[in-house]
Amino acid sequence: MSTNIPTADLFRSEHMRRRTIVNKIVEGAASVAALLAVAVLVIVVASVVSRGWGAINVDFFTKTQTLYSGFGPRPASGIGNAIVGTLIIIGIALLMALPVGILTAIYLNELAPRKLASVLTLAFDVLNGIPAIVLGIFVFVFVVVGHGQAAWKASFALAILMVPLIARSTQEVLALVPISMREASLALGAAKWRTTLSVVLPQAVGGIVTGATLATARAAGETAPLLFTSALYSADTMSYDPRQPLPSIPMFIFTSAEQADPYLHQQAWGAAAVLVGIILIASLIARWFADRSVRRLKGEK
Amino acid sequence: MTDVNYSTDVGVEKQTEQAAPEASPEVAAGLAQAIDPSLLAAKPPAETLARDRVFGIEGLTASYGGTPAIRDVSFEIYQRMVTAIIGPSGCGKSTFIRCLNRMNDVIPNFKTEGRILYHDVDLMARNIDPVGVRRRIGMVFQRPNPFPKSIYENIAYGPRILGLKKDLDGRVEKALRQAALWDEVKDRLKRSAWSLSGGQQQRLCIARCLAIEPDVILMDEPASALDPIATTRIEDLMHELKRDYTIVVVTHNMQQAARVADMTAFFNISKGGEGERSGVLVEYDDTKTIFTQPKDPRTEDYVTGRFG
Repeated sequence: MSTNIPTADLFRSEHMRRRTIVNKIVEGAASVAALLAVAVLVIVVASVVSRGWGAINVDFFTKTQTLYSGFGPRPASGIGNAIVGTLIIIGIALLMALPVGILTAIYLNELAPRKLASVLTLAFDVLNGIPAIVLGIFVFVFVVVGHGQAAWKASFALAILMVPLIARSTQEVLALVPISMREASLALGAAKWRTTLSVVLPQAVGGIVTGATLATARAAGETAPLLFTSALYSADTMSYDPRQPLPSIPMFIFTSAEQADPYLHQQAWGAAAVLVGIILIASLIARWFADRSVRRLKGEK
Repeated sequence: MTDVNYSTDVGVEKQTEQAAPEASPEVAAGLAQAIDPSLLAAKPPAETLARDRVFGIEGLTASYGGTPAIRDVSFEIYQRMVTAIIGPSGCGKSTFIRCLNRMNDVIPNFKTEGRILYHDVDLMARNIDPVGVRRRIGMVFQRPNPFPKSIYENIAYGPRILGLKKDLDGRVEKALRQAALWDEVKDRLKRSAWSLSGGQQQRLCIARCLAIEPDVILMDEPASALDPIATTRIEDLMHELKRDYTIVVVTHNMQQAARVADMTAFFNISKGGEGERSGVLVEYDDTKTIFTQPKDPRTEDYVTGRFG
């Protein structure tokens, strides 16, 4: 019956052996690369935590830095004021960047003519790549020189850094909201702004939160803009006034690591561990919040 | 859609079948495969229906970026009737219906010429607010598109944006009852609209549209994404709704047009010079005439299933 059908290609051959080997090599290379990336992350986090662990205690979170003359017992010190400063600086930066970023994304995705939108998108990607120190010196020249440093000026510099991140990630999720949703709203006689606010944005919450988290994580670790804008703080007082320069965790790490004092080195490692922890917790909270809003939208509760 | 027998769904008695064929023999022969004549038999002669004009379309040409999708369309749509737009794919049915509530405005480079008179107001005039137009002229889309909100919130959305906040609960219930959905969802108004079946979602979309008490309901292939049973329910609903509303329905399904429509407009693709293809209105008449005694051979070819 089927005698005339060639069957040679159904059997194992030299070709197949080569294919198997190539397959193994590619698989192996990809797996090793993935493992390496995770390994680096684990090593960094582990070394930060192991070296900083000794510094971490209750005082570390509640006390301010202390000036130590080098004689007698060392007074208990911590980075309480730096944690507070970082939260204030990042909070204000987020307040500035979030509305601008979201509105920009709305403009890019809902309103701008397509060509203009692609040009602006490119511009944002470029802005995204501008080194933080350049933004720092920009803010320094325009708002710090002649007026003095202040925490809100640091927030301003960080906000410039955050806007493109938030705008781009928001823009991407807005583009995923189906046109049929917009049409449903428009066909009910809703104006465009109403449609955007009540129908499109709620469906994009997950992406907006993710973008904001990424931007926060990036900004929280930036040191360069703070050098220009919020470096001349008094290290041993707890202050909350954003009109004054405030201490921050990155600045604390930077200044402490420079000192010839093993105690401060350990404190710097501890501060690094706290910074990593804050970013991790913020990411988890944001993730949870985004998941919840997505589930709500889908009605799974 | 396959040849499921829907005749009972529209309340047609089998005995009336003999009354139907006043059609020319060859058309009747074609219809034997295409359309169940009993669908048409029960329709009252269209002359007896009051013809109050809702839309007067005059020389409407609509184009995307200079390429006309429909060309020089003129006809009238009457109040409290179901008007079906039929025709092959690409003949501009959807483009046409989306002109009636200015839905195409959101598409860049979309342009129209001609007039669409809605109760003597030209909807295409410069001083017309498309948002206002859409509050009077509702629309139901091809795929059910409920918002990812609760069933209640879906219906309440329209009244809320119009500021009709008084007795919102009553309004929601009324709309759901009109759309024959109330009994199925009354115990789970807080549940997500996305938990409903496709057919229920489409009736929810109809209810959402009814909640703002429009004058006209446009339906763009409302049943094409639904199974036969859900389709039947939508069609029954159209029969109910035409007592109070004017309905314009685009369908690629001739049986559906024969079942639901009082008037039928047949659009076709016309190949102009330089290979240009645009939709034109070939014939417009009461449904029975379109399906049994079409005047234009192209209509006859289409309704007898010879192409399309």
